[in-house]
Amino acid sequence: MISRRAAMAGGALTIAGVTPLARFARGAGQPWLASGLPEGVFSTAKLEALAGKKPLIKLTDRPPNYETPLSDFTSEFTANDSFFVRYHLAGLPEEIDAERWKLKVGGDGVERPLELSLSDLRSNFESATIAAVCQCSGNRRGFSEPHVAGVQWGLGAVGNALWKGVRLKDVLGQAHVRPETVEIVVNGADGPVLEGTPDFIKSVPIDKALDENTLIAYEMNGEPLPHYNGFPLRLIVPGWTATYWMKHLDSVEASTKPFGGFWMKSAYRIPAGKFPIVRHFLSQMTAVNEPITEMVVNSMITAPQEGHTLRTAQTAEIRGLAWDGGYGIRSVDISTDGGATWREAELGKDLGRFAFRSFRFAFTPARPGKYQVVAKATNVAGQTQVDRLIFNPAGYHNNVMRPLAIDVL
Amino acid sequence: MWRIFAGAFVLTLAASAHAEENVTLKLGDGRETAESYCGACHSLDYLPENAFLNRQAWESEVAKMIKAFGAPIDPAEAKIIIDYLSVNYGSGN
Repeated sequence: MISRRAAMAGGALTIAGVTPLARFARGAGQPWLASGLPEGVFSTAKLEALAGKKPLIKLTDRPPNYETPLSDFTSEFTANDSFFVRYHLAGLPEEIDAERWKLKVGGDGVERPLELSLSDLRSNFESATIAAVCQCSGNRRGFSEPHVAGVQWGLGAVGNALWKGVRLKDVLGQAHVRPETVEIVVNGADGPVLEGTPDFIKSVPIDKALDENTLIAYEMNGEPLPHYNGFPLRLIVPGWTATYWMKHLDSVEASTKPFGGFWMKSAYRIPAGKFPIVRHFLSQMTAVNEPITEMVVNSMITAPQEGHTLRTAQTAEIRGLAWDGGYGIRSVDISTDGGATWREAELGKDLGRFAFRSFRFAFTPARPGKYQVVAKATNVAGQTQVDRLIFNPAGYHNNVMRPLAIDVL
Repeated sequence: MWRIFAGAFVLTLAASAHAEENVTLKLGDGRETAESYCGACHSLDYLPENAFLNRQAWESEVAKMIKAFGAPIDPAEAKIIIDYLSVNYGSGN
């Protein structure tokens, strides 16, 4: 209990063990922010660099929540030093000694518990690589109407990387997982500040855990994982939102019962029956809500940026990225008249069904004036972006098409 | 390992200042209480960024911090914090 006197002293917070890594003042400044975010974000968000990162849009300092500026989405792969950072709890591991890192594999669903070092993972298992989008469940929460409480993410709590590691199913196989296992519970080295705060622990259903695409990654885009993206190990759950992609992974437990922790039972849940979800988390569903699982189909226009000016009769390229929950992008349509008429964009290289798919569209405005440019992605399952928000209290799954205002001179 | 126990927490809380905070909360009744309790677990930028919340929504946020996240805030202090947030960071509707 904090005493009143302590409270009145008004002091916080340099607590040994939870002090964030040193940050550089380098690049401190005002970021470009998309319209529609809550007013407060415009006065508090700053461009600031965490150790090992470029200046990103800092939404919150402690725990660190930083999003990728739209201008950094220049290819299908998001650079490690630009990749967004998201933590729930401010007890961050300060320094990690990879040589001494241990991944514990246990739980009532395994017959042979294991303790694996990084070199065990690298030498005793076949490696696997996958390009996959990692998107915070709350990406674009800041555009909810009405606004909802939480980190007010704009467009940049998403990124695509090439992840390399070992298959979770191979690790579970070596631990001899029992057939009664229903969920795999994962935990990382970050934790709460207060004893009474539930540690960030998640579970994935056994079928998703055994999917050959679900990895324990030690590399991201050919480099060790950046500290703030989960060094030295991160769970990769392609197609599903980043809440399952446990950072600083140090524990994997097979459980024969549904995991009952706060971050499964109360957080990261969506109202039942509102979203076009194919894969549900069956052991965690209730009559009213269910855990968020796969991402909904989405896209973003990365160029030109909002407020940009084009010239009559000159051809400009509209570029962007599209992604979904792992079915693959079938098409992206572009409207330059606010959604009245649509034409198909040209898709870029196919890097796999879990990756960003780039698109481009040549736009030659015939007349001066104000244009509303909109992108609409459709996936292989036939799902498409929505024109009105499917409201939910946590602001998840925002795949509303966003008209981009362009002035043509 | 990273978990801080209440005893040590009180000492550091009393001894240190908001040196790392880059958000200064608005002047008003209850500011110090809000700074200390909210700022114990997270930076204060969360408050202005969520300033669209009305009183009822701030009440449920504070209740969530106490019930779900174990924040050691007694009812009298919770009221001070809710009053401060509603007046200074509330949408008023």
